[in-house]
Amino acid sequence: MIRYFLKRLAEALPVFLAIITAVFFMVRFVPGGPFDGERPVSPETLAALDKYYGLDKPLAEQYFVFLKNLARGELGPSYKYGGWSVNEILAEKAAVSLKLGACALLVALALGLLSGFAAAAFSKSKIGAAISGFSLLGICLPSFVLGPILILAFALRLDLFNAMGWNAPSDIVLPSITLALFYAAWIARLVRNGVLDESERGYVRTAYAKGLSPLRVYSVHISRNAIQPAVSYLGPAAAAMMTGSFVVETIFQIPGLGRFFISSALDNDYTMIMGCVMLYSAFIIIFNLISDFLLALINPRIAKEMSK
Amino acid sequence: MSEPEKPKGAFAEAVSAVLRDKPAAACLAFLGVSVLLCFLAPIIAPFAHDEQNLALACSAPSATHWFGTDMLGRDILSRVLYGGRISYAVGLLATAVAMLIGVSYGMVSGMAGGRTDALMMRFVDIVYSLPFTIFVILLTLAFGRSLWLIFAAIGAVEWLTMARIVRGITLDLKSRQFVEAAVALGQTKTRIMLRHILPNALGSILVCAALTVPSVMLLESFLSFLGLGVQAPLPSWGTLVKDGAEYMEDAPWMLVFPALFFSLTLYALNRVGESLSRGVGR
Repeated sequence: MIRYFLKRLAEALPVFLAIITAVFFMVRFVPGGPFDGERPVSPETLAALDKYYGLDKPLAEQYFVFLKNLARGELGPSYKYGGWSVNEILAEKAAVSLKLGACALLVALALGLLSGFAAAAFSKSKIGAAISGFSLLGICLPSFVLGPILILAFALRLDLFNAMGWNAPSDIVLPSITLALFYAAWIARLVRNGVLDESERGYVRTAYAKGLSPLRVYSVHISRNAIQPAVSYLGPAAAAMMTGSFVVETIFQIPGLGRFFISSALDNDYTMIMGCVMLYSAFIIIFNLISDFLLALINPRIAKEMSK
Repeated sequence: MSEPEKPKGAFAEAVSAVLRDKPAAACLAFLGVSVLLCFLAPIIAPFAHDEQNLALACSAPSATHWFGTDMLGRDILSRVLYGGRISYAVGLLATAVAMLIGVSYGMVSGMAGGRTDALMMRFVDIVYSLPFTIFVILLTLAFGRSLWLIFAAIGAVEWLTMARIVRGITLDLKSRQFVEAAVALGQTKTRIMLRHILPNALGSILVCAALTVPSVMLLESFLSFLGLGVQAPLPSWGTLVKDGAEYMEDAPWMLVFPALFFSLTLYALNRVGESLSRGVGR
Protein backbone atom coordinates (compact mmCIF):
# COMPACT_ATOMS: atom_id res chain seq x y z
CA MET A 1 0.00 0.00 0.00
CA ILE A 2 2.71 2.47 1.02
CA ARG A 3 4.68 1.49 -2.07
CA TYR A 4 1.65 2.36 -4.18
CA PHE A 5 1.28 5.76 -2.51
CA LEU A 6 4.93 6.60 -3.01
CA LYS A 7 4.83 5.45 -6.61
CA ARG A 8 1.83 7.63 -7.37
CA LEU A 9 3.43 10.60 -5.62
CA ALA A 10 6.64 10.16 -7.60
CA GLU A 11 4.64 10.04 -10.82
CA ALA A 12 2.86 13.30 -10.07
CA LEU A 13 5.91 15.55 -10.08
CA PRO A 14 7.01 14.93 -13.71
CA VAL A 15 3.41 15.47 -14.82
CA PHE A 16 3.40 18.83 -13.10
CA LEU A 17 6.73 19.80 -14.65
CA ALA A 18 5.56 18.73 -18.08
CA ILE A 19 2.46 20.87 -17.78
CA ILE A 20 4.22 24.05 -16.72
CA THR A 21 6.86 23.53 -19.41
CA ALA A 22 4.23 23.02 -22.09
CA VAL A 23 2.25 26.08 -21.01
CA PHE A 24 5.41 28.19 -20.67
CA PHE A 25 6.27 27.65 -24.32
CA MET A 26 2.67 27.71 -25.52
CA VAL A 27 2.01 31.21 -24.17
CA ARG A 28 5.17 32.50 -25.80
CA PHE A 29 4.34 31.09 -29.20
CA VAL A 30 1.01 32.87 -29.23
CA PRO A 31 1.31 36.07 -31.28
CA GLY A 32 1.40 39.31 -29.31
CA GLY A 33 3.17 40.21 -26.11
CA PRO A 34 2.17 41.47 -22.68
CA PHE A 35 2.74 45.14 -23.56
CA ASP A 36 0.84 45.62 -26.80
CA GLY A 37 -2.46 46.48 -25.24
CA GLU A 38 -4.96 49.11 -26.26
CA ARG A 39 -2.47 51.99 -25.95
CA PRO A 40 0.26 51.79 -28.59
CA VAL A 41 3.73 51.85 -27.04
CA SER A 42 6.74 53.23 -28.86
CA PRO A 43 9.31 50.65 -29.98
CA GLU A 44 11.92 52.11 -27.63
CA THR A 45 9.66 51.82 -24.61
CA LEU A 46 8.74 48.31 -25.64
CA ALA A 47 12.39 47.35 -25.92
CA ALA A 48 13.07 48.90 -22.53
CA LEU A 49 10.15 47.04 -20.98
CA ASP A 50 11.24 43.75 -22.55
CA LYS A 51 14.74 44.35 -21.26
CA TYR A 52 13.52 45.26 -17.79
CA TYR A 53 11.49 42.06 -17.48
CA GLY A 54 14.12 39.94 -19.23
CA LEU A 55 11.89 39.18 -22.19
CA ASP A 56 14.65 40.06 -24.67
CA LYS A 57 16.70 37.05 -23.63
CA PRO A 58 16.56 33.79 -25.59
CA LEU A 59 13.59 31.59 -24.77
CA ALA A 60 15.67 28.82 -23.22
CA GLU A 61 17.35 31.28 -20.86
CA GLN A 62 13.97 32.75 -19.88
CA TYR A 63 12.76 29.24 -19.12
CA PHE A 64 15.67 28.50 -16.82
CA VAL A 65 15.28 31.82 -15.04
CA PHE A 66 11.61 30.96 -14.58
CA LEU A 67 12.48 27.54 -13.12
CA LYS A 68 15.10 29.04 -10.83
CA ASN A 69 12.64 31.62 -9.50
CA LEU A 70 9.99 28.95 -9.15
CA ALA A 71 12.30 26.87 -6.97
CA ARG A 72 12.50 29.86 -4.63
CA GLY A 73 8.73 30.24 -4.69
CA GLU A 74 9.03 33.48 -6.64
CA LEU A 75 6.55 33.89 -9.49
CA GLY A 76 7.64 37.34 -10.61
CA PRO A 77 5.83 40.63 -11.16
CA SER A 78 2.54 40.80 -13.02
CA TYR A 79 2.99 42.61 -16.35
CA LYS A 80 -0.54 44.02 -16.39
CA TYR A 81 -1.18 44.92 -12.79
CA GLY A 82 1.77 47.22 -12.22
CA GLY A 83 3.30 47.09 -8.77
CA TRP A 84 1.70 43.74 -7.91
CA SER A 85 3.61 40.50 -7.83
CA VAL A 86 1.88 37.34 -8.96
CA ASN A 87 2.40 35.89 -5.50
CA GLU A 88 0.41 38.72 -3.95
CA ILE A 89 -2.45 38.49 -6.44
CA LEU A 90 -2.66 34.72 -6.09
CA ALA A 91 -2.62 34.88 -2.30
CA GLU A 92 -5.41 37.41 -2.19
CA LYS A 93 -7.70 36.21 -4.98
CA ALA A 94 -7.16 32.48 -4.70
CA ALA A 95 -8.28 32.55 -1.07
CA VAL A 96 -11.72 33.69 -2.21
CA SER A 97 -11.99 31.09 -4.97
CA LEU A 98 -10.79 28.32 -2.70
CA LYS A 99 -13.23 29.23 0.04
CA LEU A 100 -16.04 29.10 -2.47
CA GLY A 101 -14.76 25.83 -3.91
CA ALA A 102 -14.40 24.20 -0.50
CA CYS A 103 -17.91 25.22 0.47
CA ALA A 104 -19.29 23.89 -2.80
CA LEU A 105 -17.41 20.63 -2.29
CA LEU A 106 -19.03 20.14 1.12
CA VAL A 107 -22.47 20.90 -0.29
CA ALA A 108 -21.94 18.55 -3.22
CA LEU A 109 -20.74 15.74 -0.97
CA ALA A 110 -23.51 16.08 1.58
CA LEU A 111 -26.27 16.46 -0.99
CA GLY A 112 -24.88 13.86 -3.38
CA LEU A 113 -24.26 11.11 -0.85
CA LEU A 114 -27.52 11.67 0.97
CA SER A 115 -29.73 11.71 -2.10
CA GLY A 116 -27.77 8.89 -3.75
CA PHE A 117 -28.27 6.53 -0.83
CA ALA A 118 -31.86 7.68 -0.37
CA ALA A 119 -32.66 7.12 -4.05
CA ALA A 120 -31.25 3.59 -3.81
CA ALA A 121 -32.98 2.77 -0.53
CA PHE A 122 -36.37 3.83 -1.90
CA SER A 123 -35.65 2.64 -5.43
CA LYS A 124 -38.86 0.61 -5.59
CA SER A 125 -41.14 3.48 -4.63
CA LYS A 126 -42.11 6.85 -6.06
CA ILE A 127 -39.79 8.64 -3.60
CA GLY A 128 -36.74 7.03 -5.16
CA ALA A 129 -37.87 7.89 -8.67
CA ALA A 130 -38.51 11.46 -7.57
CA ILE A 131 -35.04 11.78 -6.06
CA SER A 132 -33.40 10.30 -9.17
CA GLY A 133 -35.38 12.58 -11.42
CA PHE A 134 -34.40 15.54 -9.29
CA SER A 135 -30.72 14.65 -9.43
CA LEU A 136 -30.85 14.28 -13.21
CA LEU A 137 -32.24 17.80 -13.23
CA GLY A 138 -29.04 18.97 -11.57
CA ILE A 139 -27.01 17.60 -14.46
CA CYS A 140 -29.18 19.36 -17.01
CA LEU A 141 -29.13 22.80 -15.38
CA PRO A 142 -25.80 24.44 -16.18
CA SER A 143 -24.56 26.84 -13.52
CA PHE A 144 -25.22 29.86 -15.72
CA VAL A 145 -28.88 28.86 -15.86
CA LEU A 146 -29.18 27.88 -12.22
CA GLY A 147 -27.36 30.95 -10.88
CA PRO A 148 -29.72 33.56 -12.38
CA ILE A 149 -32.74 31.48 -11.35
CA LEU A 150 -31.52 31.30 -7.75
CA ILE A 151 -30.81 35.03 -7.72
CA LEU A 152 -34.26 35.75 -9.11
CA ALA A 153 -35.99 33.53 -6.57
CA PHE A 154 -34.02 33.94 -3.35
CA ALA A 155 -32.45 37.38 -3.70
CA LEU A 156 -34.82 39.50 -5.77
CA ARG A 157 -38.19 37.95 -4.90
CA LEU A 158 -37.74 36.54 -1.38
CA ASP A 159 -34.96 38.95 -0.42
CA LEU A 160 -33.17 36.33 1.69
CA PHE A 161 -29.69 36.97 0.30
CA ASN A 162 -27.77 39.67 -1.51
CA ALA A 163 -28.02 39.20 -5.25
CA MET A 164 -24.32 39.78 -5.83
CA GLY A 165 -21.09 40.69 -4.15
CA TRP A 166 -18.83 39.21 -1.54
CA ASN A 167 -19.30 41.16 1.68
CA ALA A 168 -21.71 39.48 4.08
CA PRO A 169 -20.96 35.94 5.32
CA SER A 170 -24.24 34.74 3.78
CA ASP A 171 -23.00 35.79 0.34
CA ILE A 172 -21.37 32.41 -0.01
CA VAL A 173 -24.63 30.44 0.11
CA LEU A 174 -26.10 30.94 -3.37
CA PRO A 175 -22.78 30.70 -5.25
CA SER A 176 -21.81 27.46 -3.51
CA ILE A 177 -25.17 25.89 -4.25
CA THR A 178 -24.93 27.01 -7.87
CA LEU A 179 -21.46 25.53 -8.18
CA ALA A 180 -22.23 22.35 -6.25
CA LEU A 181 -25.50 21.15 -7.71
CA PHE A 182 -24.09 19.70 -10.93
CA TYR A 183 -21.50 17.66 -9.04
CA ALA A 184 -23.97 16.68 -6.34
CA ALA A 185 -26.18 15.29 -9.06
CA TRP A 186 -23.37 13.20 -10.54
CA ILE A 187 -22.32 11.89 -7.13
CA ALA A 188 -25.93 10.99 -6.36
CA ARG A 189 -26.28 9.04 -9.61
CA LEU A 190 -23.00 7.21 -9.15
CA VAL A 191 -23.85 6.29 -5.56
CA ARG A 192 -27.36 5.19 -6.46
CA ASN A 193 -26.22 3.01 -9.37
CA GLY A 194 -23.39 1.63 -7.26
CA VAL A 195 -25.71 0.62 -4.43
CA LEU A 196 -28.25 -0.94 -6.79
CA ASP A 197 -25.54 -2.92 -8.62
CA GLU A 198 -23.99 -4.16 -5.41
CA SER A 199 -27.23 -5.13 -3.69
CA GLU A 200 -27.76 -7.87 -6.28
CA ARG A 201 -24.45 -9.51 -5.44
CA GLY A 202 -24.17 -12.85 -3.68
CA TYR A 203 -22.40 -11.52 -0.61
CA VAL A 204 -25.35 -9.27 0.14
CA ARG A 205 -27.76 -12.18 0.03
CA THR A 206 -25.42 -14.10 2.34
CA ALA A 207 -25.35 -11.19 4.75
CA TYR A 208 -29.15 -11.07 4.83
CA ALA A 209 -29.29 -14.87 5.22
CA LYS A 210 -27.11 -14.58 8.32
CA GLY A 211 -29.91 -12.47 9.76
CA LEU A 212 -28.17 -9.08 9.69
CA SER A 213 -30.36 -6.01 9.77
CA PRO A 214 -30.77 -4.05 6.50
CA LEU A 215 -29.10 -1.08 8.13
CA ARG A 216 -25.99 -3.11 8.90
CA VAL A 217 -25.91 -4.69 5.46
CA TYR A 218 -26.12 -1.26 3.85
CA SER A 219 -23.67 0.58 6.06
CA VAL A 220 -21.03 -2.13 6.43
CA HIS A 221 -21.29 -4.42 3.43
CA ILE A 222 -22.75 -2.54 0.50
CA SER A 223 -21.62 1.04 0.98
CA ARG A 224 -17.92 0.27 0.91
CA ASN A 225 -18.15 -1.25 -2.56
CA ALA A 226 -20.91 0.94 -3.86
CA ILE A 227 -19.11 4.17 -3.13
CA GLN A 228 -16.07 3.42 -5.27
CA PRO A 229 -17.25 4.98 -8.57
CA ALA A 230 -18.22 8.11 -6.66
CA VAL A 231 -14.82 8.26 -4.96
CA SER A 232 -12.96 8.07 -8.26
CA TYR A 233 -15.20 10.81 -9.60
CA LEU A 234 -14.52 12.93 -6.53
CA GLY A 235 -10.97 13.86 -7.55
CA PRO A 236 -11.82 15.49 -10.87
CA ALA A 237 -15.00 16.96 -9.36
CA ALA A 238 -13.22 18.57 -6.42
CA ALA A 239 -10.56 19.98 -8.69
CA ALA A 240 -13.22 21.32 -11.03
CA MET A 241 -15.05 23.02 -8.17
CA MET A 242 -11.84 24.56 -6.83
CA THR A 243 -10.72 25.79 -10.22
CA GLY A 244 -13.81 26.01 -12.37
CA SER A 245 -15.66 28.75 -10.63
CA PHE A 246 -15.17 31.44 -13.31
CA VAL A 247 -18.75 31.26 -14.43
CA VAL A 248 -20.15 31.41 -10.92
CA GLU A 249 -17.76 34.22 -10.01
CA THR A 250 -18.95 36.13 -13.07
CA ILE A 251 -22.63 35.66 -12.26
CA PHE A 252 -22.34 36.62 -8.61
CA GLN A 253 -19.56 39.18 -9.16
CA ILE A 254 -17.19 37.57 -6.70
CA PRO A 255 -13.63 38.92 -6.62
CA GLY A 256 -12.00 35.52 -7.10
CA LEU A 257 -9.18 34.26 -9.25
CA GLY A 258 -11.33 33.30 -12.24
CA ARG A 259 -11.45 36.76 -13.75
CA PHE A 260 -7.69 37.19 -13.40
CA PHE A 261 -7.09 33.83 -14.97
CA ILE A 262 -9.07 34.63 -18.11
CA SER A 263 -7.91 38.20 -18.48
CA SER A 264 -4.28 37.22 -17.93
CA ALA A 265 -4.47 34.78 -20.81
CA LEU A 266 -6.22 37.32 -23.04
CA ASP A 267 -3.59 39.95 -22.18
CA ASN A 268 -0.55 37.67 -22.56
CA ASP A 269 0.37 38.42 -18.95
CA TYR A 270 2.96 35.60 -18.95
CA THR A 271 3.83 35.49 -15.27
CA MET A 272 0.18 35.66 -14.22
CA ILE A 273 -0.80 32.87 -16.63
CA MET A 274 1.96 30.67 -15.27
CA GLY A 275 0.91 31.40 -11.70
CA CYS A 276 -2.73 30.50 -12.37
CA VAL A 277 -1.87 27.42 -14.41
CA MET A 278 0.48 26.16 -11.72
CA LEU A 279 -2.08 26.67 -8.99
CA TYR A 280 -4.86 25.05 -10.98
CA SER A 281 -2.88 22.08 -12.24
CA ALA A 282 -1.48 21.52 -8.76
CA PHE A 283 -5.05 21.29 -7.51
CA ILE A 284 -6.09 18.94 -10.27
CA ILE A 285 -3.13 16.66 -9.59
CA ILE A 286 -3.48 16.76 -5.80
CA PHE A 287 -7.20 16.01 -5.83
CA ASN A 288 -6.73 13.17 -8.26
CA LEU A 289 -4.04 11.77 -5.97
CA ILE A 290 -6.30 12.06 -2.92
CA SER A 291 -9.06 10.36 -4.84
CA ASP A 292 -6.75 7.51 -5.86
CA PHE A 293 -5.47 7.11 -2.32
CA LEU A 294 -8.97 6.97 -0.88
CA LEU A 295 -9.90 4.41 -3.49
CA ALA A 296 -6.89 2.30 -2.54
CA LEU A 297 -7.82 2.51 1.13
CA ILE A 298 -11.36 1.39 0.41
CA ASN A 299 -10.31 -1.32 -2.02
CA PRO A 300 -6.77 -2.57 -1.30
CA ARG A 301 -6.87 -4.74 -4.44
CA ILE A 302 -6.41 -1.62 -6.54
CA ALA A 303 -3.15 -0.72 -4.82
CA LYS A 304 -1.92 -4.28 -5.23
CA GLU A 305 -2.83 -4.34 -8.90
CA MET A 306 -1.28 -0.97 -9.66
CA SER A 307 2.03 -1.39 -7.82
CA LYS A 308 2.88 -4.60 -9.67
CA MET B 1 -20.83 -9.49 -24.29
CA SER B 2 -18.33 -12.26 -23.78
CA GLU B 3 -20.01 -14.92 -25.94
CA PRO B 4 -17.83 -15.49 -28.97
CA GLU B 5 -20.71 -16.86 -31.06
CA LYS B 6 -22.56 -13.56 -30.95
CA PRO B 7 -21.87 -11.80 -34.24
CA LYS B 8 -21.23 -8.06 -34.37
CA GLY B 9 -24.58 -6.78 -33.28
CA ALA B 10 -23.55 -4.30 -30.65
CA PHE B 11 -25.20 -1.43 -32.46
CA ALA B 12 -28.53 -3.17 -33.13
CA GLU B 13 -28.49 -4.56 -29.60
CA ALA B 14 -28.00 -1.11 -28.08
CA VAL B 15 -30.66 0.52 -30.23
CA SER B 16 -33.26 -2.11 -29.43
CA ALA B 17 -32.44 -1.72 -25.72
CA VAL B 18 -33.24 1.98 -25.99
CA LEU B 19 -36.46 1.35 -27.90
CA ARG B 20 -37.65 -1.10 -25.24
CA ASP B 21 -37.07 1.52 -22.54
CA LYS B 22 -40.15 3.71 -23.08
CA PRO B 23 -38.98 7.01 -21.48
CA ALA B 24 -35.65 6.72 -23.28
CA ALA B 25 -37.41 6.06 -26.57
CA ALA B 26 -39.47 9.20 -25.98
CA CYS B 27 -36.26 11.13 -25.35
CA LEU B 28 -34.79 9.73 -28.56
CA ALA B 29 -37.88 10.85 -30.47
CA PHE B 30 -37.62 14.31 -28.92
CA LEU B 31 -33.97 14.51 -29.96
CA GLY B 32 -34.77 13.38 -33.48
CA VAL B 33 -37.50 15.96 -33.93
CA SER B 34 -35.49 18.80 -32.40
CA VAL B 35 -32.39 18.01 -34.49
CA LEU B 36 -34.58 18.02 -37.59
CA LEU B 37 -36.24 21.32 -36.65
CA CYS B 38 -32.94 22.99 -35.84
CA PHE B 39 -31.24 21.89 -39.03
CA LEU B 40 -34.23 23.01 -41.07
CA ALA B 41 -34.08 26.40 -39.32
CA PRO B 42 -33.36 28.40 -42.51
CA ILE B 43 -36.57 27.00 -44.02
CA ILE B 44 -38.97 26.86 -41.09
CA ALA B 45 -37.81 29.68 -38.81
CA PRO B 46 -40.28 32.58 -39.04
CA PHE B 47 -37.50 35.18 -39.01
CA ALA B 48 -33.78 35.36 -39.75
CA HIS B 49 -31.59 34.91 -36.67
CA ASP B 50 -30.21 38.44 -36.94
CA GLU B 51 -33.31 40.27 -38.14
CA GLN B 52 -33.79 43.21 -35.77
CA ASN B 53 -36.93 45.14 -35.04
CA LEU B 54 -36.03 47.67 -32.38
CA ALA B 55 -39.63 48.89 -32.10
CA LEU B 56 -40.55 45.47 -30.70
CA ALA B 57 -37.52 45.07 -28.40
CA CYS B 58 -38.15 42.85 -25.37
CA SER B 59 -41.78 42.18 -26.23
CA ALA B 60 -43.59 39.29 -24.56
CA PRO B 61 -44.62 36.13 -26.46
CA SER B 62 -47.35 36.88 -29.00
CA ALA B 63 -48.95 35.42 -32.12
CA THR B 64 -46.15 36.67 -34.41
CA HIS B 65 -43.31 36.07 -31.96
CA TRP B 66 -44.22 32.84 -30.17
CA PHE B 67 -41.32 33.02 -27.74
CA GLY B 68 -41.19 36.82 -27.60
CA THR B 69 -38.29 38.99 -28.75
CA ASP B 70 -34.90 39.93 -27.27
CA MET B 71 -33.35 43.30 -26.46
CA LEU B 72 -32.80 44.05 -30.16
CA GLY B 73 -36.25 42.87 -31.19
CA ARG B 74 -35.01 39.61 -32.66
CA ASP B 75 -37.39 36.67 -32.67
CA ILE B 76 -36.46 34.25 -29.86
CA LEU B 77 -38.01 31.19 -31.51
CA SER B 78 -35.90 31.70 -34.62
CA ARG B 79 -32.81 32.29 -32.54
CA VAL B 80 -33.45 29.17 -30.49
CA LEU B 81 -33.71 27.15 -33.71
CA TYR B 82 -30.57 28.65 -35.24
CA GLY B 83 -28.77 28.37 -31.92
CA GLY B 84 -29.72 24.72 -31.71
CA ARG B 85 -28.19 24.19 -35.12
CA ILE B 86 -24.86 25.40 -33.81
CA SER B 87 -25.09 23.64 -30.47
CA TYR B 88 -25.97 20.34 -32.13
CA ALA B 89 -23.33 20.77 -34.81
CA VAL B 90 -20.66 21.43 -32.18
CA GLY B 91 -21.92 18.54 -30.07
CA LEU B 92 -21.96 16.00 -32.87
CA LEU B 93 -18.83 17.06 -34.74
CA ALA B 94 -16.67 17.51 -31.66
CA THR B 95 -17.84 14.13 -30.42
CA ALA B 96 -16.93 12.58 -33.76
CA VAL B 97 -13.47 14.14 -33.55
CA ALA B 98 -13.06 12.99 -29.95
CA MET B 99 -14.18 9.47 -30.87
CA LEU B 100 -11.85 9.22 -33.82
CA ILE B 101 -8.81 10.34 -31.84
CA GLY B 102 -9.76 8.55 -28.64
CA VAL B 103 -10.58 5.20 -30.19
CA SER B 104 -7.48 5.00 -32.35
CA TYR B 105 -5.22 6.29 -29.59
CA GLY B 106 -6.65 3.97 -26.96
CA MET B 107 -6.60 0.94 -29.22
CA VAL B 108 -3.02 1.52 -30.37
CA SER B 109 -1.89 2.12 -26.80
CA GLY B 110 -3.58 -1.00 -25.46
CA MET B 111 -2.39 -3.10 -28.37
CA ALA B 112 1.21 -1.92 -28.08
CA GLY B 113 1.34 -2.58 -24.35
CA GLY B 114 4.47 -2.34 -22.23
CA ARG B 115 6.54 0.80 -22.25
CA THR B 116 4.79 2.41 -25.24
CA ASP B 117 1.45 1.95 -23.52
CA ALA B 118 2.74 3.46 -20.26
CA LEU B 119 4.20 6.43 -22.12
CA MET B 120 1.05 7.05 -24.15
CA MET B 121 -1.13 6.90 -21.07
CA ARG B 122 1.18 9.23 -19.18
CA PHE B 123 0.63 11.75 -21.97
CA VAL B 124 -3.13 11.40 -21.43
CA ASP B 125 -2.62 12.03 -17.70
CA ILE B 126 -0.70 15.20 -18.45
CA VAL B 127 -3.34 16.62 -20.77
CA TYR B 128 -5.97 15.64 -18.22
CA SER B 129 -4.30 17.80 -15.59
CA LEU B 130 -4.02 20.81 -17.89
CA PRO B 131 -6.57 23.48 -17.00
CA PHE B 132 -8.92 23.33 -19.96
CA THR B 133 -9.84 27.01 -20.14
CA ILE B 134 -6.28 28.22 -20.53
CA PHE B 135 -5.85 25.79 -23.37
CA VAL B 136 -8.86 27.15 -25.22
CA ILE B 137 -7.94 30.79 -24.65
CA LEU B 138 -4.43 30.21 -25.95
CA LEU B 139 -5.83 28.44 -28.99
CA THR B 140 -8.19 31.35 -29.64
CA LEU B 141 -5.35 33.83 -29.37
CA ALA B 142 -3.17 31.85 -31.72
CA PHE B 143 -5.74 31.10 -34.41
CA GLY B 144 -8.44 33.73 -33.95
CA ARG B 145 -11.97 32.98 -32.86
CA SER B 146 -13.84 30.64 -35.13
CA LEU B 147 -16.34 27.86 -34.91
CA TRP B 148 -13.78 25.33 -36.12
CA LEU B 149 -11.54 26.19 -33.26
CA ILE B 150 -14.28 25.30 -30.79
CA PHE B 151 -14.62 21.90 -32.42
CA ALA B 152 -10.88 21.38 -32.27
CA ALA B 153 -10.49 22.58 -28.70
CA ILE B 154 -13.36 20.56 -27.31
CA GLY B 155 -12.44 17.50 -29.34
CA ALA B 156 -8.89 17.82 -28.07
CA VAL B 157 -10.11 17.55 -24.49
CA GLU B 158 -12.93 15.06 -24.77
CA TRP B 159 -10.94 12.31 -26.50
CA LEU B 160 -9.07 11.57 -23.28
CA THR B 161 -11.89 9.70 -21.56
CA MET B 162 -12.58 7.74 -24.72
CA ALA B 163 -8.92 6.80 -25.04
CA ARG B 164 -8.81 5.50 -21.47
CA ILE B 165 -11.94 3.42 -21.90
CA VAL B 166 -10.91 1.93 -25.24
CA ARG B 167 -7.44 1.15 -23.94
CA GLY B 168 -8.93 -0.72 -21.00
CA ILE B 169 -11.16 -2.78 -23.27
CA THR B 170 -8.30 -3.48 -25.66
CA LEU B 171 -6.11 -4.73 -22.82
CA ASP B 172 -8.93 -6.98 -21.69
CA LEU B 173 -9.72 -8.33 -25.16
CA LYS B 174 -6.06 -8.82 -26.04
CA SER B 175 -5.78 -11.65 -23.57
CA ARG B 176 -8.85 -13.46 -24.92
CA GLN B 177 -8.45 -16.64 -26.91
CA PHE B 178 -9.91 -15.40 -30.16
CA VAL B 179 -7.33 -12.66 -30.31
CA GLU B 180 -4.57 -15.08 -29.40
CA ALA B 181 -5.83 -17.31 -32.21
CA ALA B 182 -5.67 -14.41 -34.63
CA VAL B 183 -2.12 -13.68 -33.52
CA ALA B 184 -1.20 -17.34 -33.98
CA LEU B 185 -2.66 -17.23 -37.48
CA GLY B 186 -0.19 -14.49 -38.25
CA GLN B 187 -2.67 -11.66 -38.75
CA THR B 188 -1.25 -8.16 -38.68
CA LYS B 189 -1.83 -5.92 -35.69
CA THR B 190 -3.87 -3.49 -37.77
CA ARG B 191 -6.16 -6.28 -38.92
CA ILE B 192 -6.58 -7.59 -35.38
CA MET B 193 -7.48 -4.12 -34.15
CA LEU B 194 -10.00 -3.45 -36.90
CA ARG B 195 -11.53 -6.93 -37.22
CA HIS B 196 -11.43 -8.28 -33.69
CA ILE B 197 -10.98 -5.55 -31.11
CA LEU B 198 -13.06 -2.73 -32.60
CA PRO B 199 -16.30 -4.69 -33.16
CA ASN B 200 -16.18 -5.97 -29.58
CA ALA B 201 -15.53 -2.54 -28.17
CA LEU B 202 -18.27 -0.90 -30.23
CA GLY B 203 -20.94 -1.09 -27.50
CA SER B 204 -18.84 0.74 -24.94
CA ILE B 205 -17.68 3.25 -27.52
CA LEU B 206 -21.28 3.98 -28.41
CA VAL B 207 -22.21 4.56 -24.77
CA CYS B 208 -19.24 6.84 -24.23
CA ALA B 209 -20.06 8.78 -27.40
CA ALA B 210 -23.69 9.20 -26.39
CA LEU B 211 -22.63 10.65 -23.05
CA THR B 212 -19.94 12.81 -24.65
CA VAL B 213 -22.45 14.73 -26.78
CA PRO B 214 -24.19 16.45 -23.84
CA SER B 215 -20.93 17.24 -22.09
CA VAL B 216 -19.57 18.76 -25.30
CA MET B 217 -22.70 20.88 -25.69
CA LEU B 218 -22.31 21.98 -22.09
CA LEU B 219 -18.67 22.92 -22.69
CA GLU B 220 -19.58 24.91 -25.78
CA SER B 221 -22.19 26.83 -23.84
CA PHE B 222 -19.69 27.57 -21.08
CA LEU B 223 -17.22 28.91 -23.61
CA SER B 224 -19.92 31.00 -25.27
CA PHE B 225 -20.99 32.27 -21.86
CA LEU B 226 -17.45 33.42 -21.15
CA GLY B 227 -17.35 35.12 -24.55
CA LEU B 228 -14.83 32.66 -25.96
CA GLY B 229 -17.20 30.62 -28.08
CA VAL B 230 -19.66 31.47 -30.82
CA GLN B 231 -19.47 35.16 -31.71
CA ALA B 232 -22.48 37.47 -32.08
CA PRO B 233 -24.77 37.83 -33.96
CA LEU B 234 -24.61 34.07 -34.46
CA PRO B 235 -26.56 32.49 -31.59
CA SER B 236 -25.83 29.30 -29.71
CA TRP B 237 -27.85 28.07 -26.76
CA GLY B 238 -25.06 29.21 -24.47
CA THR B 239 -25.10 32.81 -25.68
CA LEU B 240 -28.91 32.88 -25.71
CA VAL B 241 -29.03 31.80 -22.07
CA LYS B 242 -26.36 34.34 -21.22
CA ASP B 243 -28.33 37.18 -22.82
CA GLY B 244 -31.47 35.89 -21.16
CA ALA B 245 -29.85 35.93 -17.74
CA GLU B 246 -28.97 39.59 -18.15
CA TYR B 247 -32.55 40.57 -18.90
CA MET B 248 -34.36 38.02 -16.75
CA GLU B 249 -36.15 40.59 -14.60
CA ASP B 250 -37.71 42.53 -17.45
CA ALA B 251 -38.00 39.83 -20.09
CA PRO B 252 -38.03 36.39 -18.43
CA TRP B 253 -38.98 34.69 -21.74
CA MET B 254 -35.50 35.51 -23.00
CA LEU B 255 -34.10 33.17 -20.36
CA VAL B 256 -36.90 30.65 -20.05
CA PHE B 257 -37.23 29.38 -23.63
CA PRO B 258 -33.57 28.87 -24.52
CA ALA B 259 -32.84 27.43 -21.06
CA LEU B 260 -35.81 25.08 -21.35
CA PHE B 261 -34.71 23.76 -24.74
CA PHE B 262 -31.12 23.43 -23.65
CA SER B 263 -31.98 21.61 -20.42
CA LEU B 264 -34.49 19.31 -22.12
CA THR B 265 -31.93 18.38 -24.74
CA LEU B 266 -29.27 17.70 -22.13
CA TYR B 267 -31.77 15.61 -20.17
CA ALA B 268 -32.78 13.60 -23.22
CA LEU B 269 -29.19 12.95 -24.27
CA ASN B 270 -28.21 11.82 -20.79
CA ARG B 271 -31.30 9.65 -20.49
CA VAL B 272 -30.64 7.93 -23.82
CA GLY B 273 -26.98 7.45 -22.92
CA GLU B 274 -27.94 5.86 -19.61
CA SER B 275 -30.39 3.54 -21.32
CA LEU B 276 -27.75 2.59 -23.89
CA SER B 277 -25.23 1.77 -21.20
CA ARG B 278 -27.75 -0.50 -19.48
CA GLY B 279 -28.50 -2.16 -22.82
CA VAL B 280 -24.83 -2.79 -23.49
CA GLY B 281 -24.48 -4.14 -19.97
CA ARG B 282 -21.87 -1.82 -18.71
